[in-house]
Amino acid sequence: MYSPILDRRAFLGAGALALALAPRMAFAKAETDKRFIFIIQRGAADGMGIVAPVGDPAFVGARGDLAADFASAPKLDGMFALHPTMTALQGLYGRKQALFAHAVASPYRDRSHFDGQNVLESGGVSAYQVKDGWLNRLLGVLPPTEAKAIAVSATVPLALRGKHDVSSYAPSNLPQASDDLMQRVAMLYQGDAQLHGLWSEAMSTRELTSDLAAGGGANAVATGALAARLLAPANGARIAMIETGGWDTHTQQRQRLGAQLKGLDGMIGALQAGLGPLWSDTMVLVATEFGRTVAVNGTGGTDHGTGSSAMLLGGAVRGGRVLADWPGLQAAALFEGRDLKPTLQLDAFIAGAVAGHFGVEPARAMAALFPLSKGTKAVDGLV
Amino acid sequence: MTKASIALNRFGLGARGDQPIPADPVAWLNGQFAHYDPRPDAIASAPTSAAVSADLADYFRQQRALRAQQGGKPGVPPGPPAAVAPMPGSAPAGLQMGAQSVQPPGMAPSPPAAKPMPDDAMKQARQFAARTGRGDYAGAVGARVTQALITDTPFVERLVHFWANHFAVSADKLQVVGLAGTLEFEAIRPHVLGSFHDMLMAVEQHPAMLLYLDQAVSVGPNSPLGQRIAARAAGNGGRKVGLNENLAREILELHTLGVRTGYSQADVTEFARAMTGWTVAGIGQGPGARAAGTDGLPGDFVFAAPLHEPGDRMVMGKTYPAGGVEQASAVLADVAVSPATASHIATKLARHFAGDTPPPAMVARLQAAFVKSGGDLPSVYRALIASPEAWVEQPLKFKTPWEWTISSMRALNVKTADPQAMVGLLNQLGQPTWKPGQPIGYDDIAGSWAGPDAVLRRVEAAERFASRAAAVDARALGPKILPGAVTPATSTALANCESPAQALALLLVAPEFMRR
Repeated sequence: MYSPILDRRAFLGAGALALALAPRMAFAKAETDKRFIFIIQRGAADGMGIVAPVGDPAFVGARGDLAADFASAPKLDGMFALHPTMTALQGLYGRKQALFAHAVASPYRDRSHFDGQNVLESGGVSAYQVKDGWLNRLLGVLPPTEAKAIAVSATVPLALRGKHDVSSYAPSNLPQASDDLMQRVAMLYQGDAQLHGLWSEAMSTRELTSDLAAGGGANAVATGALAARLLAPANGARIAMIETGGWDTHTQQRQRLGAQLKGLDGMIGALQAGLGPLWSDTMVLVATEFGRTVAVNGTGGTDHGTGSSAMLLGGAVRGGRVLADWPGLQAAALFEGRDLKPTLQLDAFIAGAVAGHFGVEPARAMAALFPLSKGTKAVDGLV
Repeated sequence: MTKASIALNRFGLGARGDQPIPADPVAWLNGQFAHYDPRPDAIASAPTSAAVSADLADYFRQQRALRAQQGGKPGVPPGPPAAVAPMPGSAPAGLQMGAQSVQPPGMAPSPPAAKPMPDDAMKQARQFAARTGRGDYAGAVGARVTQALITDTPFVERLVHFWANHFAVSADKLQVVGLAGTLEFEAIRPHVLGSFHDMLMAVEQHPAMLLYLDQAVSVGPNSPLGQRIAARAAGNGGRKVGLNENLAREILELHTLGVRTGYSQADVTEFARAMTGWTVAGIGQGPGARAAGTDGLPGDFVFAAPLHEPGDRMVMGKTYPAGGVEQASAVLADVAVSPATASHIATKLARHFAGDTPPPAMVARLQAAFVKSGGDLPSVYRALIASPEAWVEQPLKFKTPWEWTISSMRALNVKTADPQAMVGLLNQLGQPTWKPGQPIGYDDIAGSWAGPDAVLRRVEAAERFASRAAAVDARALGPKILPGAVTPATSTALANCESPAQALALLLVAPEFMRR
């Protein structure tokens, strides 16, 4: 409630805004300095076009033109090679700060992007079963000082939606609203639970990013740098999610995927550079809703498939290896005769990574993040 | 909200400050069907798909000429219709060019001191085409905004926007940027008060859809062309061509039946085979482009028999006999009136008007109206208007950025808009027009739009709107645009503002104006 007769000085004095923000801005020493970033690849990224199984005798035959990029690509091990455009990731791999998982898939076994993304983000075993996101539920198992998350976009993606408050930020070219109007808006929203919550989040984020608007963010590198700036301050976010699109390469995959991977490589390079010494306490997860067909389609692309690849990057990762129980690409080994057969569960991989990173008991992480994947054990030894 | 406020804001596009409040809200809505104009001046002056396609065809012709001049030098990518911005940062090669001058398409590359090497010329042509596409795109966005601002039938205009998002294309690919708006103008607007079947056919044969979901490059493996290419590929290890199931899948999943309604991967593939041959004249790419023939003008829908997979097709248990264009048309005609389609459409309409969680009774009523009328859309809309669930007093929907922007401008009596500025504003607010990035279109739930940063940007935009608006007293405007729905808290806040412009800005972001 507030007095119906207010002048500007009165509510500046009352400090409604400051009061609303005070608990959020209070700085408390965190128990750890861990940072976690989830980069979602929307549109079904082709795992075999990113981490190619060049040692599989069926690879070149199945992939035709798409195999050509890997002819001279540096090998990761006896079986796999990384797409040659990803030089930053190659460097991380050499320093044992990049781990690739292959033939990995969420529990979803159909081929709708939107259902698949729903499963990937909600952490259910089928679409629309779970209403909130696993990244939001992660906040519930972290100490309160670490449970701060932000979406590097104007709105909040499903993985971050849920009962724990999260923020969102993307650079704006609109002129900043005047402080006076902002305070009147804050007052007006006091009686509206939804808008009051959103506004408080927006204000606390704005405090941290006041000089970011000029940065642009029009490309992947800028987005990576922006995310790093949101994560770097001691009182900033500890968890961030970045959305990337453009992975649905039904046509001309060779050029399009190359450009995508160059962007992703640049984004991760910028994250690392921006986080500086914090990189050693950072884990970046890159994952997609499902993979693409083993065979090239009639239009130089690939269609919706099943198994794909995922990545863990950062100083906290036990990297320099490819984690794969490789199913093989010969026709008889394919899922439904067309897709890479999944041999590793993405939910178990994510739970294991997060548990190791934040020092949470793996079974507890699995139960909180993927409550419906009963009987599945989190992958250990990732950190 | 009062009935009048609901009709104006939830069903319409927001009240105009200079128009009377409807005395009989239900009659006002039903009456719009008789007055709707599918091709009003604002829309008629926007670029057509024929004009956009002619420019694209010129561009492709020039690319071919340049390639020929180059003598097929290896290592040069064959002028892909690259994504304009598939993700932040992965800009197409053409954007690296900097400040060099640009050659218009159709003009021979300056012959004598041919300084720009063909590589450069090709890049320049690509840039030019991208820029032309962006100009066409902005022109179409401007036309859509203008029509939304001045229309006398805002409920029907809202339905046009609803269907354009249902049949979403995304202005990401070079070929689609300029065509995206023309799908709404040419395939949605003429059929918004017609039958769902006719709208579906018009959409699936529109060049924007055929190109966006890759139908135009799909080749039947056993079609005459598919066989010829396969024989050649077997001889020299050349490129294979074949089926692309993208459009067939999204028709079933997104446009008609809905996901998980009983069709299988085999049905998708069979439907994709039936659709082979459905393509676009003049602006297709790949080996099928020549087979599209020279019958039509660029951008015309054509059925290219040499691409069509021969044989009967079995889709969801029904056999569709071998044939030409009518084989896929018959599948579409069946799915257009399927109860699953009716349920899918009913659910989405109910969500749009009665809240993020659609009331089951209302969905059942709309579905019944759809089935009973064979997909006659006005019958469904009348059932919608008659549904009490859509007249609940408390606001049911958080406005999307588009809805908020249009309703704000209407409230301020704005009647024209600079197209480029509108493109920029809608980008900033988080909902670039015809650019959802995915064929499922934009979400229609609050969770997607009610983000902290999204709200902050509306406040920024509101202040800018208000600073440019004519001197209007927000205290008087409020009851006109939200009749009977302005809360005492908002009235008080408006009365205490330090300037008329500040009060206007505050009205535009008041809780009752952020929702409908």
